[in-house]
Amino acid sequence: MSATRSPRRYGRLLFAALPIGWVTVLLLLPYLFLFAHSFFRLVDGQLTHQLTLENYGRLFGTALYPNTILFSAGIAARVTLASLCLAYPLAYLLAFKVRRHKNLLYMAVIIPLWVSYLVRAYAWKIILGQEGVLNGFLMSVGIIREPLAVLLYSKWAVMLALVHIYTPFTLMPIYAVLEAIPPALKEASTDLYASRWQTFRHVVLPLSLPGVVAGCTFAFVLSMGDFIAPILLGGNDSALMVSNLVVSLFGVAFNWPLGAAVSVVMLTMTVTLLTMARKLEDRWGGGPAGRRLDAPTTGGMGRGALHA
Amino acid sequence: MAPILELQSVTKRFGDFVAVNDLSLTVAPGEFITLLGASGSGKTTTLRMIAGFEHPDSGEILMDGRPLTGLPPNRRDLNTVFQQYALFPHLTVRQNVGYGLRMRSTPAPELDQRVGEALDMVQLGGLTGRLPRQLSGGQQQRVALARALVNRPKVLLLDEPLGALDLKLRKEMQLELKHLNRQLGLTFLYVTHDQEEALTMSDRIALMRAGRIEQLSGPREMYERPSSRYVADFIGETNMLGGTAARRHGDSARLTVGGQEIQATATASVRDGDPAWLTVRPEFVQVAGPDTAGPRLRATVTETVFTGQVTRVFARLQDGSGLTMHWPAADSVPAPGTVLDLTWPAERGLCVGD
Repeated sequence: MSATRSPRRYGRLLFAALPIGWVTVLLLLPYLFLFAHSFFRLVDGQLTHQLTLENYGRLFGTALYPNTILFSAGIAARVTLASLCLAYPLAYLLAFKVRRHKNLLYMAVIIPLWVSYLVRAYAWKIILGQEGVLNGFLMSVGIIREPLAVLLYSKWAVMLALVHIYTPFTLMPIYAVLEAIPPALKEASTDLYASRWQTFRHVVLPLSLPGVVAGCTFAFVLSMGDFIAPILLGGNDSALMVSNLVVSLFGVAFNWPLGAAVSVVMLTMTVTLLTMARKLEDRWGGGPAGRRLDAPTTGGMGRGALHA
Repeated sequence: MAPILELQSVTKRFGDFVAVNDLSLTVAPGEFITLLGASGSGKTTTLRMIAGFEHPDSGEILMDGRPLTGLPPNRRDLNTVFQQYALFPHLTVRQNVGYGLRMRSTPAPELDQRVGEALDMVQLGGLTGRLPRQLSGGQQQRVALARALVNRPKVLLLDEPLGALDLKLRKEMQLELKHLNRQLGLTFLYVTHDQEEALTMSDRIALMRAGRIEQLSGPREMYERPSSRYVADFIGETNMLGGTAARRHGDSARLTVGGQEIQATATASVRDGDPAWLTVRPEFVQVAGPDTAGPRLRATVTETVFTGQVTRVFARLQDGSGLTMHWPAADSVPAPGTVLDLTWPAERGLCVGD
């Protein structure tokens, strides 16, 4: 018995070693390096290992950094709100109203996620550009004579692309909670004299809140950490998001300590947000199937934080 | 008394499947009526049509003489106790029970008072602040009941409400429901597949089969005078011996069973020459004395089983069919292989059609 058990235990250890090693090397260590770097001092453009808090001092002392962080949060908030406004009704339709081709429609919403992010961002360039589809259409209909330059290379273009890219992320958790609401609950509500609107207001909406929180956290954290859409579509405002700042601090200015400090601040914000979202989901999580959505949420969030 | 609920030739199809087939039923105020049937017999569909969750393809459902057609569930003066209770998981016991009153904009003091009364009625007064998931199955069941009763509906629909409870609790709740029905004078329409539950609680039982009512009668009559083989088989334990009906004369018929002619009480469902069944409950089968009049069948004991309340004796007839009897507690149990002459009171042997 014991002779067969010990090799099996080694096998199990080996089996666990791979993911543990993976997480350590690719996630924990980089975060530790990042954290350490934010306390290093830059002397004449050279990275030294003297510990200092001046990176944080400069970060909070220079208006640029807090302002950019707040501005990014504002953009992310607006993107989140727009995504929610699109995703909730769509998820509701998919979950309750569509009967035939339901999976097909769901796939139609999800499939864009399989298309490369860059392709989707470039697609907006093609649509919004000077020679783009939208300008062409507006001119051919006769609404405008000259192509509009304002469409592309503005924060609006960035937000449009971000909404497009992150709406499916908002939709998925909302759809999942709506699907999990037993039809008998809606029936019980109408049986107890509630109108359709009252049933939505008092039963469906409260029960879907965990999904809403999960979806909004997705959209907010991912778009706050985004730096590709601003580069491709932001034009003069291309450095408008905090992640772009981080990219240039690391890549152009070679000020790794300051870049690391900004990253740590963003990471802290993200983790705080995730913890709050998780608390909310826990409170409302006694939903129909007691289903919790924070596991996939936090799993996917790491990527958003990594953008930073 | 004018009926409170009336179903007139109601039919419901799902695609090619006829779930409810030309069903008519009249329910008197205060009555406890049970739709009993196997799964797929149409009992739940019937209840859902009365509640307004499904719409009949043809026929009419009337409440207090007024047609319900076109009225959505929220405008029908009846409430449902759902199979899995369907309590709102995000609302407390008090909010769950008060839901219906709140939707009808009942003033707060009245709402509080009625919710309190309803919770007292189902003995849940102390648990008002709990969420459903913090309650046991039996407590959830009571909340579901209170949530419906608090609205004082004209008719209470119950869809297998006790199905998820354990046996002991179920028996308790059966009596409690029966008492509530008497006490409140409220009409109960109860759906179940459990014949014992139906017998215990109902004033009348509608036994359903393939979307129709096979028999509609009081529990005792359904047990003692099943109208067909299906009913006899569904309700309680019985012996079923296949044969041919012959020489029917008024209430009595002669029936050929295993080559022997047996006198039996005929039911409406048999005609001369039809295949027919002799059905006799095990508790009426006894050992015949040397000069006992009435039906008589020779059988060999194959097995005896002691079950506490009764000892069951399984015997085999000459043609190979089986017969079960309840052995008198005072007598010594026969050994397998014993040959017995069995009899029963002639009026207890029924000749039924399919």
